[in-house]
Amino acid sequence: MAEIRLPAALEGKELVRSVRTPARMDFLYTAGEATTRFLTGISEGKILGERAPGGKVYVPSRGADPQLGVPTTEPVELPHVGTLVSFCVVNVAFYGQGMEIPYTSGLILLDGSDLPLMHLIQECPVEDVRIGMRVEAVWVEAHELAPNLESIRYFRPNGEPDVVVTQPGAGVTW
Amino acid sequence: MSDDPVVLSAPLIIEYPFSRTTGPVIGAFLTGLREKVLLGIKGSDGTVIVPPTEYDSFTGDDLTELVEVGPGGEVLTWAWVREPMAKHPLSHPFAWALVKPDGADVGFLQVVDAGSPEAMATGMRVRPRWAAEREGSIHDLACWEPDV
Repeated sequence: MAEIRLPAALEGKELVRSVRTPARMDFLYTAGEATTRFLTGISEGKILGERAPGGKVYVPSRGADPQLGVPTTEPVELPHVGTLVSFCVVNVAFYGQGMEIPYTSGLILLDGSDLPLMHLIQECPVEDVRIGMRVEAVWVEAHELAPNLESIRYFRPNGEPDVVVTQPGAGVTW
Repeated sequence: MSDDPVVLSAPLIIEYPFSRTTGPVIGAFLTGLREKVLLGIKGSDGTVIVPPTEYDSFTGDDLTELVEVGPGGEVLTWAWVREPMAKHPLSHPFAWALVKPDGADVGFLQVVDAGSPEAMATGMRVRPRWAAEREGSIHDLACWEPDV
């Protein structure tokens, strides 16, 4: 790099080396009809899935079965208990995180459903989190319920014995 | 299934907290803004480019000779903004203008706070309005105003 020649006016001044250039985009997110049904259920303290004609129960349902391409027609109220089928221990801090590291993010397959939900796993040391662990939802206080997934604070072990989890995709036939 | 037509919606804001290194030339330019000094750089053919670039855009040569320009300048061309948008630098109507600082050979896109389009003209003289608090950013040069 060639030597830069500064004009006299800047001699002895501390040079700028970096600038903050934050980018921000403002959207209005529209949930759509199926997700609205799910979130309305959440605001009433219920976890609502929807059953497709083939028998699969999706939660949250996007309104259609992705395998069959047909609407999910039958609402199904699901229990607040399920099995941890996958998880990730977060050890890296990032902007806007709002959580103390390390913490666990998990995929929870609620009993009677065929699609796992992603949520936090708490009240369990990260080194004890394991696939097959039985967990239950911990909700906010009734007066704090709102149509978003923060109405469920997290999932925690419920004390039941672990169950065997089949690998994702095992036994699926197209 | 509910026949309720109400569909939920909510604001969704995505933010990235980027910071970037300036390199020696843009860093010097921003340092100048902090010190209320406008800098250009001499191109390979001796023309003065504002804001300064690290390389000559015709020859690709390294450019190293920063020079002070301005503080006054001339409007080369302009467009009036009647209804500023949320992220525009001024909340009242203003002009986007190519401003060529005295001593420079090119103009750069700037804001002129002229009050009304009748106060704008190609070739008009303008002077910089510096931000009260400057930190070495492009916002240190708040805008330009008619120099009458």
